[in-house]
Amino acid sequence: MASSTSSPVRLLYDVRVRAILYQVVAVALVVGVGFYLFGTVSRKLADQNIATGFDYLSRPAGFVISQSFIRYESSDTYARALLVGLLNTVWVSIFAVMLSSVLGLIVGIARLSRNPLLSFLALIYVEALRNVPLLLYLFLWYALIVAVFPPVREAWQILPDVFLSNGGLIVPSLQWSSAHSGVLASAVLGIVLAFVVASALRRRRVASGQARPAWPFVMLALLGPPLLAILLLQPDLVVNWPERGRFRITGGVQVTPEFTALLVGLGLSASAGVAEIVRAGILSVGRGQWEAARAVGLHDRQTMRLVVLPQALRVIVPPLTSSYLSTFKNSSLAIAIGYPDLVMVSNTTMNQTGQAIEGIAIFMLVYLGMSITISLFMNWYNARVALVER
Amino acid sequence: MADLTNTAMLGIERPDRPSQGRRWLSGLKPYVGSPLNAVITFACLWLIYRLVTGVWDWLVTRAVLEGGPQACKAGNGACWPFLAAKLRFMIFGFYPYEEHWRPALALVLFLAVMIVSMIPRFWSRNLLWLWLAVVLGCGVLMYGGVFGLPIVTTTSWGGLPLSFMLSSVGLAFGFVLGVLLALARSSKLPAIQVIAVIFIEMVRGVPLVSILFMASVMLPLFMPDGVTIDKLLRAQVAIIIFAGAYIAETVRGGLQAVPKGQHEAAASLGLGYWLSMRKIVLPQALKIVIPPLVNIFIGFFQDTTLVTIIGLLDFLDTVRASLRDPNWQGIAVMEGYVFAALVYALFSYSMGSYSRFIERRLKTDHSHGRSG
Repeated sequence: MASSTSSPVRLLYDVRVRAILYQVVAVALVVGVGFYLFGTVSRKLADQNIATGFDYLSRPAGFVISQSFIRYESSDTYARALLVGLLNTVWVSIFAVMLSSVLGLIVGIARLSRNPLLSFLALIYVEALRNVPLLLYLFLWYALIVAVFPPVREAWQILPDVFLSNGGLIVPSLQWSSAHSGVLASAVLGIVLAFVVASALRRRRVASGQARPAWPFVMLALLGPPLLAILLLQPDLVVNWPERGRFRITGGVQVTPEFTALLVGLGLSASAGVAEIVRAGILSVGRGQWEAARAVGLHDRQTMRLVVLPQALRVIVPPLTSSYLSTFKNSSLAIAIGYPDLVMVSNTTMNQTGQAIEGIAIFMLVYLGMSITISLFMNWYNARVALVER
Repeated sequence: MADLTNTAMLGIERPDRPSQGRRWLSGLKPYVGSPLNAVITFACLWLIYRLVTGVWDWLVTRAVLEGGPQACKAGNGACWPFLAAKLRFMIFGFYPYEEHWRPALALVLFLAVMIVSMIPRFWSRNLLWLWLAVVLGCGVLMYGGVFGLPIVTTTSWGGLPLSFMLSSVGLAFGFVLGVLLALARSSKLPAIQVIAVIFIEMVRGVPLVSILFMASVMLPLFMPDGVTIDKLLRAQVAIIIFAGAYIAETVRGGLQAVPKGQHEAAASLGLGYWLSMRKIVLPQALKIVIPPLVNIFIGFFQDTTLVTIIGLLDFLDTVRASLRDPNWQGIAVMEGYVFAALVYALFSYSMGSYSRFIERRLKTDHSHGRSG
């Protein structure tokens, strides 16, 4: 080490000098390639007379979106169209995640059943879903919906005022107003408030050692805000009933076949993964835990709820996070069956404006942001259930 | 829940074991042990019965065995003539009809060398050379231009050979990229680590569809004037990047599982970074992650179907193209998709079984030895 300063060549053999050198080279390489690509792109765009920047977002989009959860017309801006696409992505992902969690829990427990037939059927379910590409299932569900259900004119009336056809499911809807949004927001506030109150009361109970009934306070926190909001805002209940016309059905809310196929495809395929995660989680709890629980006199049900599940969750939560994330990302396959999600709206936008780089940058950033949000939330939850090592 | 997840599934024996004479009764116990269980058993039996008879009915009893689209339209069973008429198109796509023996031979070669390399007895460095030779051979067979084979441009490639090519080449290069990224991410040099983390997290945070879009729309913009890249190659680059990021995370897990003592021992022998990685650390790390790697491979084999979205004619898309054939439109939808699903399931399932076999094998190798 001491002699390493004697000549510049010797300097290269110093581990620390080399470490710095490597890093400088790596950064220079990345920056250089970046500059080169940026230069090429901007020159090419200038040659082809393609505008750059995000000005196009405020221009009218001029295309129709077949399903939107907020008001949208083709005269609205590109920015609003993209927002509609984003909301479509979020909604279908949320429903698919819920569907996959419920189905996955059921199938995962069925896989562990002591009844060989039941566990065999669950195994078949899991293998059938895991070994076939999701895209193929999406095409299949979509084709089946379109082929099996009757055309809109002869729509099946499966329930009073609920119609099913190859144009999708039509159900009655509430005429939504800002008053309804206010009530909804205060209901969410109530749920949050109830959690806060419950945990504060629990802390006080643990600290003081006195058991006082907590539920009246929790109920007050839960129901107070929405009731107050209903009294103050007075939302009116106008229901939008679907009505069968000569050629089409007017009114109500339409759940398109694209949405249904995507929801079913995403939900089912993710449920196979969730089932395996649940199974592995429950199996990871050592048999000693079961025996110990029995030794202190717990029933099977109590053992499951109080001893096994809390420990299994530690194993389950991290892979479950990845499963939810991939469900969210897989919703981008919507473009293959024509559900107007973020990618599809961006694609239409790119085709109309020619501004590919901005379009791709927007949806990639949105996906990145959402992925990070989901994994932060699940990490927070994971930290809550994780084993606290002493 | 209580009745399903009781102690029997964990292999905990209750003390009251049945006597010798009642063994056949105890064999029935899992099926009709309790009232609820009996109900479950009968429900399952009914479901299995319905499934088996339904499938049999559709595939055999009601099947349409000969005739054209009209016969299939009239009947309501499986349409075998459709498969017979479209089989070659579904497998080879728009590859010239008379030249089909070339992709067929390439497929056979590829599958043969894949089977050979799955057998642990043949694991050696020579496999790499074998793979190189076979991949080159397949490329020559498919493209032609030498030995009197007419040239077939990549635009008419399609079907199964394309699916296999995209996934295998993607994984081979993705593997190299992934190992390098994993080394960079677990490196002690902060700048290199940051670059690797940003790359990996950015790729893993977005869907494959968006990377495919980026490759197909933006890659041409990045290239200097006059340079155009083949559409197939662009999709291939996207798959390599995507696979690389995912493989990197798996390999990183393996690197973390190699005990620190191994690094120290290598350092004490005077091995440099690359030598100790190549000879000591990586072999152990990769051995640990072989099972999850096989699972990643299965996933990517299925994910190559997404190239359909940017207009490449992979196997799934040739099947869809056959379904859209004006003569057969709307007649054999189920048949086509079920056939495609069976092909994908066959390959995925056999690779999955192989992964479980490898896992068992590696576990016995480690039964006494790995200490942390």
